[in-house]
Amino acid sequence: MDPRELTIDQVRLLLDRGEASAVEICQAHLDCIAQRNPETRALLHQDAAAALEQAAQIDRLRKAGQPLPPLAGVPLVIKDNISIRGQRCTCGSKILENYQALYDATVIARLRAAGSLFVGKANMDEFAMGSSTENSAFFPTRNPHALDYVPGGSSGGSAAAVAAGMAVGALGSDTGGSIRQPASFCGVVGVKPTYGRVSRYGLVAFGSSLDQIGPLARTVKDAARLLGAIAGRDTHDATSATLAVPDYVAAIENPVKGLKVGLPRQYFKAGIAPEVTARIQAGLKLLEQLGCELVEVDLPHTEYAIACYYVVAMAEASSNLSRFDGVRYGLRVHGEGTLTGMYRETRDAGFGNEVKRRIILGTFVLSSGYYDAYYLKAQKVRTLIKQDFEKALAKADVIASPTSPTPPFRLGEKSSDPLAMYLSDIFTITANLAGIPGISLPCGRTSSGLPIGLQLLGKHFDECTLLRLGHAFEIAGGFALN
Amino acid sequence: MIIGPKEVEYVGKLAQLAITEDEKQLFIGQLNSILEFVEQLNRLDTSNVEPTAHVVLAADQSAALRPDEPIMTFTQEQSLANGPETGAGHFKVPKVISDR
Repeated sequence: MDPRELTIDQVRLLLDRGEASAVEICQAHLDCIAQRNPETRALLHQDAAAALEQAAQIDRLRKAGQPLPPLAGVPLVIKDNISIRGQRCTCGSKILENYQALYDATVIARLRAAGSLFVGKANMDEFAMGSSTENSAFFPTRNPHALDYVPGGSSGGSAAAVAAGMAVGALGSDTGGSIRQPASFCGVVGVKPTYGRVSRYGLVAFGSSLDQIGPLARTVKDAARLLGAIAGRDTHDATSATLAVPDYVAAIENPVKGLKVGLPRQYFKAGIAPEVTARIQAGLKLLEQLGCELVEVDLPHTEYAIACYYVVAMAEASSNLSRFDGVRYGLRVHGEGTLTGMYRETRDAGFGNEVKRRIILGTFVLSSGYYDAYYLKAQKVRTLIKQDFEKALAKADVIASPTSPTPPFRLGEKSSDPLAMYLSDIFTITANLAGIPGISLPCGRTSSGLPIGLQLLGKHFDECTLLRLGHAFEIAGGFALN
Repeated sequence: MIIGPKEVEYVGKLAQLAITEDEKQLFIGQLNSILEFVEQLNRLDTSNVEPTAHVVLAADQSAALRPDEPIMTFTQEQSLANGPETGAGHFKVPKVISDR
């Protein structure tokens, strides 16, 4: 059993045939973590005993001849901004270094009921603010394909763990590309569901109108299985959609011939690395060979998307992060003995620079006298961007682009210039602004072996088409590991 | 320059952030380059555009609500479990009312 190549279906086969117990499968992943985590630093902390106990429960069901739940014995890594009862949930921040979650996030409760095991909590940019995992307050994560390179971010630990074989799949969160871009950098599949498709209860909030939890996996089919397990209405999250959850695994087998793939004329301009362009062009040719029709579409407000996104995201972040004040949980620093002194000293000591920068900007754009000029303006531009996608997706079933304009970059290469880091999010942030789903698919490697990702964006609640086309694409391209 | 040392201090106060002199110097440059970049939004005429309130629901739709029934969530002990300083069933904070 090589944990780097296991899929959910294979875990089930091993269990059904009696070739391995759930405890053995879990242990193989814990061994892989012991071997690969010291160099990649994908995980922040883990509760191995709890994972082995979950596995032992599955083995007890097997021995008793009981039917197994759908994800029985599947080891998963969870981004450290998603609550697992009794485990720390740090968000990659000093301010929550010792915070222990009191309850399971809805996605965790659902995965637990489905029989999966939680083998570790993944490193991330502090409060999911970043595109490289270098903004973790604890340490940066390294790309398992090339240790001098970043794994992407903010769900960099989740993506690196899946690529390195520490888990069969992972959960991340995506506010502006934080699942899709690290999936692209680490050569795995990442899905950002439609806003409202997956409950956010138990996810520490960053941008509440943008955040979605989604799966990372080594195959599209595994991503479909994980999405099916976590999606659906949750009364703990009023923004979760009441729409029924389709059978994603059944949907991926449907034919893709005749699907229209939209290519935004604004996307394929200067600014994309030549090696990315070459791999994406080859990927588009593959889609044509699968019987898809490539059509040009128009997204005229693309150039405004980054500015719009950062105003909205920082405003929401500054509001959400006001809860960290040293009173009810997390770090407390006393200051000069006054209440406001304590708030200010706690937040100064507990937050890193990127978080402070965003809180200051977010507070500024919401402040009296600037609200209309910045925040309200951005929310209006957001409407225009959303309408762009409605029109484009009336002409095409999906929209294709690179996930990131560049291959993975070296650690330290962009960390000194926040704006340069923001600009690399151009292809991913629009899905969050418009609330539509997106998937990043492995699409070959650079000449030096660094992964490149193809992104597909779809209509609201049409994850089925993304998964179906992704499944056909990874098989035709030989990109799927299995 | 859109935002100077005074504005950073003022916003820091609103956001309850103590900002050191070094941080102030670093942030002013970075914040201005981001805000200058954001200025491009003003090139768009949005006088007849409604701001986005929800990305999936239309303006006349509302979120699905659950019945407003009390449920048991956390005990007092659990709620206090992460408190940095607690006592007598409360979160303790520094004195709020000043001495005469």
